[in-house]
Amino acid sequence: MSAVEPLLEISGLTVTYRRGHGRPPLTALNNVDLTVAPGETLSVVGESGSGKTTLGNAVLGLVTPTTGSIYFAGEDITAASIRRRRQLTENIQVVFQDPHGSLNPARTIGQTLEEPLLAHRTMNRAQRRAEVAAALDRVGLDRDAAARYPAEFSGGQLQRIAIARALMLSPRLLVCDEAVSALDLSIQAQILNLLRQLQHDLGLSYLFISHDLAVVRHVSDRVAVLYHGRLMETGTATDVCDQPVHPYTRALLASAPVPDPVEQRRRRADELAAKHTDASPRTDAGCPFRDRCSYALDRCADPLPVHHRRAGLVACHRYGELASEGSDELAERRGERPASEPLARTSAQITEDRDGLDTPARSDQVRQTPMPRTTPAR
Amino acid sequence: MIRATGRWLASSIALLFAVTVLTFVLSALAPGDAAKAMLSGQTTSYTPEQYQQLRHELGIDQPLPAQYWHWLDGLLHGSLGTDLFSGQPITQALNGRLGASLSIIVGTVILSALVGVAVGVFSAVRGGLPGKLVNAVSLLGLAAPNFWLSLVLVELLAVRYAVFPATGYTAFGEDPLGWLRSLALPVIALSAGGSAFIARQTRDAMADVLSRDFIVSLRAYGLPLRSIIFKHALRNAAIPVVTLLGLLFVGLLGGTVLIETVFAIPGLGQQAVAASSTHNLPMIEGVAFYFAVIVIIVNLLVDLSYGWLNPKVRKP
Amino acid sequence: MTAITTATTDTLASVRFGRTLPRRRIRTALATHPLAAAGAFYLLALMLAAAGASVIAPADPEQQDLARALDGPSGSHWLGTDRLGRDVLSRLLFGARVTLFDVAVATVVFLAVGVPLGIAAGYRGGWLDRGVVRLADLVLAVPGIVVLLMVVAVFPGNDAATMVALGILGCPGLLRIVRGSTMAIRGELYVKAARLSGLRTPAILRRHVLPRISGPIIVQTSLFCAMALLAESGLSFLGLTRPESQGPSWGNMVGEASNAMSQDPWLLVPTGAALIATVMAFGLVGDAVRDSAMSRGATAPPLFPKRPRHQVADEARQQPGNGVVPVLSVQGLKVTIGGTTVVQDVSFDVPPGKAIGIVGESGCGKSVTARAILGLLPAGGTVTAGQVVFDGTDLTALSDKELNRVRGPGIAFISQDPASSLDPTFTIGSQLREVIRRHHPQSRHEAQRLLRLVRLPDPDAVLRRRPAELSGGMAQRVCIAMALAAKPKLLIADEPTTALDVTVQAEILALLRDLQHRLGMAVLLITHDWGVLADECERAVVMYAGEVVETAGVDQLCAQPRHPYTAALLAANPHRARTGQPLPSIPGAVPKPGEWPTGCHFQSRCPIVQPACGNGPIALTRVASGHLSRCIRTEELVKR
Repeated sequence: MSAVEPLLEISGLTVTYRRGHGRPPLTALNNVDLTVAPGETLSVVGESGSGKTTLGNAVLGLVTPTTGSIYFAGEDITAASIRRRRQLTENIQVVFQDPHGSLNPARTIGQTLEEPLLAHRTMNRAQRRAEVAAALDRVGLDRDAAARYPAEFSGGQLQRIAIARALMLSPRLLVCDEAVSALDLSIQAQILNLLRQLQHDLGLSYLFISHDLAVVRHVSDRVAVLYHGRLMETGTATDVCDQPVHPYTRALLASAPVPDPVEQRRRRADELAAKHTDASPRTDAGCPFRDRCSYALDRCADPLPVHHRRAGLVACHRYGELASEGSDELAERRGERPASEPLARTSAQITEDRDGLDTPARSDQVRQTPMPRTTPAR
Repeated sequence: MIRATGRWLASSIALLFAVTVLTFVLSALAPGDAAKAMLSGQTTSYTPEQYQQLRHELGIDQPLPAQYWHWLDGLLHGSLGTDLFSGQPITQALNGRLGASLSIIVGTVILSALVGVAVGVFSAVRGGLPGKLVNAVSLLGLAAPNFWLSLVLVELLAVRYAVFPATGYTAFGEDPLGWLRSLALPVIALSAGGSAFIARQTRDAMADVLSRDFIVSLRAYGLPLRSIIFKHALRNAAIPVVTLLGLLFVGLLGGTVLIETVFAIPGLGQQAVAASSTHNLPMIEGVAFYFAVIVIIVNLLVDLSYGWLNPKVRKP
Repeated sequence: MTAITTATTDTLASVRFGRTLPRRRIRTALATHPLAAAGAFYLLALMLAAAGASVIAPADPEQQDLARALDGPSGSHWLGTDRLGRDVLSRLLFGARVTLFDVAVATVVFLAVGVPLGIAAGYRGGWLDRGVVRLADLVLAVPGIVVLLMVVAVFPGNDAATMVALGILGCPGLLRIVRGSTMAIRGELYVKAARLSGLRTPAILRRHVLPRISGPIIVQTSLFCAMALLAESGLSFLGLTRPESQGPSWGNMVGEASNAMSQDPWLLVPTGAALIATVMAFGLVGDAVRDSAMSRGATAPPLFPKRPRHQVADEARQQPGNGVVPVLSVQGLKVTIGGTTVVQDVSFDVPPGKAIGIVGESGCGKSVTARAILGLLPAGGTVTAGQVVFDGTDLTALSDKELNRVRGPGIAFISQDPASSLDPTFTIGSQLREVIRRHHPQSRHEAQRLLRLVRLPDPDAVLRRRPAELSGGMAQRVCIAMALAAKPKLLIADEPTTALDVTVQAEILALLRDLQHRLGMAVLLITHDWGVLADECERAVVMYAGEVVETAGVDQLCAQPRHPYTAALLAANPHRARTGQPLPSIPGAVPKPGEWPTGCHFQSRCPIVQPACGNGPIALTRVASGHLSRCIRTEELVKR
């Protein structure tokens, strides 16, 4: 990683929940190391029970880590006092999945938006009102929205309001916990674009928690894949989403159907998808995925090794073999998509017609070439 | 199973302890005491010596914990003390009255359950106008004070048309038919509110279950409505209804106090009222103990029925 | 948890439940419930009359006139006189003062104990919660009457003490409800967000918790008032509190009436009526507030409406064209829920053995269409036009009983949330066997065979379990097995994999595809996910705002969409997007039912809209072989 000091640094993070009634404690997160640089988007991907939401909650201070540490801007906030936590809310904010649930239906939008100001700033009513109006502008809503109630807005608008609330105090880190999962496709695109624009304008860092690899691939600089509380694979978005090494990452990618029948028929022939999804994950020191893994060997029960690679890691016993064959093979299976060409044209036009947003300058322009459109050499 | 039994035992003992300690503490707060009550019941004037003598005999000159210990000791030997006025052992006095009270309460619970569940299910399934009608009638049933309703019933069904006896109680052992006839008016009077209460709760619980997803699924599998309503929905709605039947039972302990007075039925409630107005504290303590034991047994039955209705669902 | 809450059920919900704000709740409750308004008015009048009893009472309540004892109602004594010739109306008014005062004392105690303890327990949780709940359970189990009698015995003549005891005895119910509501609100995201905004606990309680629990508190309070009134008058009736010697109360007036009953039963009437009316008034107000908070109750439409029998238009029409008779043919379907049209002019065919997908965003009417086919519309929903021809029969013309014979062997259904579509109280075996018995009474070991068919390992173990013991994927397999029990010709799958993880989804989709081919069953798949559609279906029906906007083979649809909505939606999919560039998005949101514009429903969001788009209804027209589009500018779309 770069020489820039990370904004958020998580190391050796382990969270266990007591379950009571003589059942063993549940390990939601197991020895997780992650960093988020200023202005960067780190996505955490996983299925239910992967611990991705626990990770977000630990950063927000909603759960207390069992071991490990969380540093924010160089400060150890693992066991911050309640007072300090309240101060930190100025810098670390959150957007939840459910826009309907995250706004009190009995309070006007203005009342909700001014809450962070009441907690952190000393302002008079007029100043607060001005701040609220500015916040609504920022997320592309009318100023008169402040006087209305959440029931009068659609899901996409409510999510804009939730983002406006999170940005009231100009935080540096925004935790997006499945922030677009509940939204319809067309609205999802609006919100993703808004998040991107805000990052560009305000230099925000995102900890983007999601189960949707297509979205993650689009928004992230780097991606971390969690399975049953353990990091399976991390790396740049292109490394993880286009050349996955870990069998679990491959299973995730192969399982998500793509909106293109021709390509999907080709992918369906793959036998990459995970097996026996009803099998519960292993909780010992070995690979938690081994019962479902199509590459599993006996030695996968040995303690899980971690292989570091360029800008990331892969936790797999068969890293050596998979790293050399995997990426090429997968890429070839994807191949070209002639059927999608006319559509790509349509979409480009709609982009021009309806979306006047500038493409933000990104530090990672180099990685822009969309991988599936090229036919890789074997 | 062991855990559940343990929990039940612990909560039962806690309840008994709480009720008996509460009655003791309250009686210690009372202005005057049993000795005063007895003496003023017997003579118009008495000397302080007589008073102290009687206090000593009754053991109420000792500190409260000692008195409570003494009472507990007696309890372990099957004694709840003696009636201040008649000198009769309290257990004996109350055992003789248990039958009448339980007949009324159990009769009311059964009648309320039958009428209430039937009406509630009908109202939930049909909704619309019948639902509104059930709502209105049940509100009327809830609103009519049972003591007032019993007076009206006596006036109509006993005085004008002598269908049932106006007052009194015939033990089942003496005359089963007379027993039924003597129970009719008290049970009807109490069931008006009871069945309305159960009907409303059944309707709400059923309406809630009927709006759940699995009802749509069961209908889509082609199961007949009869099975969906009476087998699936009713069983899912049963837990809140059974809980409320338990609460109704406990509440009826209070109802009997009024009803037994109106109908001059020699039951626990009538005894409690008499004891209360004469400051006969040992008797009230005895009634409290009996009532607490009844509550414990009812709670046990309710808990057991939860297990039978749905092993997975916890007590709400 | 990857709780992917798609809003497919939102349409059903938003039409049924109007969201009311708590501050306006009482007002709305009274406005929509005239009876409750009357009750509230009566209570107010009663309180004023009681307060001003000494002014408005026609006579001194204690003034005796033995000569006129037990007179019936007359001009001088509107409600008659009692045994001592005292004016009943005056006694009622003065009695109300006493009785209502007692009820007020009990209610104040009830609120003062129940609300703070409930909020503290619900918000703090932990040991405080456990302690308070134990205590409440204990008080709930104590036979209240014994405590009241004790208090009467211990504090003779001190009626306030009895009322305080009554308040304490009544508060466990309130406490539990306040605690439960507080807990629920504490778990709400908006409270979490407020906490993460840096708001302190008192501010959160004041701004977020208290306003939200006021509804339940009002309901409980009104019910408690009713209960306290009954208890107070009962005790007074027995002479234990408020004895007659201290002046009239409603309870001792009933006692007085009972003494005079043998001579004149009339006296029972005025006091009884006053008691009943007051208790009912409290009950009505409570019911109305509760109903408006929950948007249901006696006014809700029946859950199992009698299906109105349509005129059978014409015998099932022979389908023109390539000679294949579709297994299901929906023609011009229109559905209203609570009077609002949510689906209109929906037509499509499902050929035998084929998989057809209905795709669209939330609120576009996909689920309503599926449920209309099965005749399982939510309460208040009716098919107001169109036909659903299955196997030569118009299902909309059948009675529910006739339709029930189609459900299962004809059309089966699996729903979005497998965990909640199984009855939680019965074992899998019991439910599955009940469905099997219904359709094939003779079959033995059919349950095991079906579970093996859906590739569940160890069927015997699964049969013994209850729904809560299954994972989401297993539960969906069980649901599929139950749907297959009657060997249906058509399976309607409403978002069957939306609640599942992506790897589990892949397995379920593969299973559905396999079953479709092996059993020769047609599938109508409802989804919002274009990937699922591409994976599973041969043809697609795209819905937008209650209408079908495009129908085509899936390959053709994805390659060359002929409706601007389809094209835009496909483009908005991040799978196709170029990294580092904004996603092509559609501005605005789907218009809600009832807010549809004239003409094209997509016009306000369309990139190629023209004035003509708003002129009038636009027909679904054929743009290519097997390709229909509801757009007047499809040519434009192809050119561009």
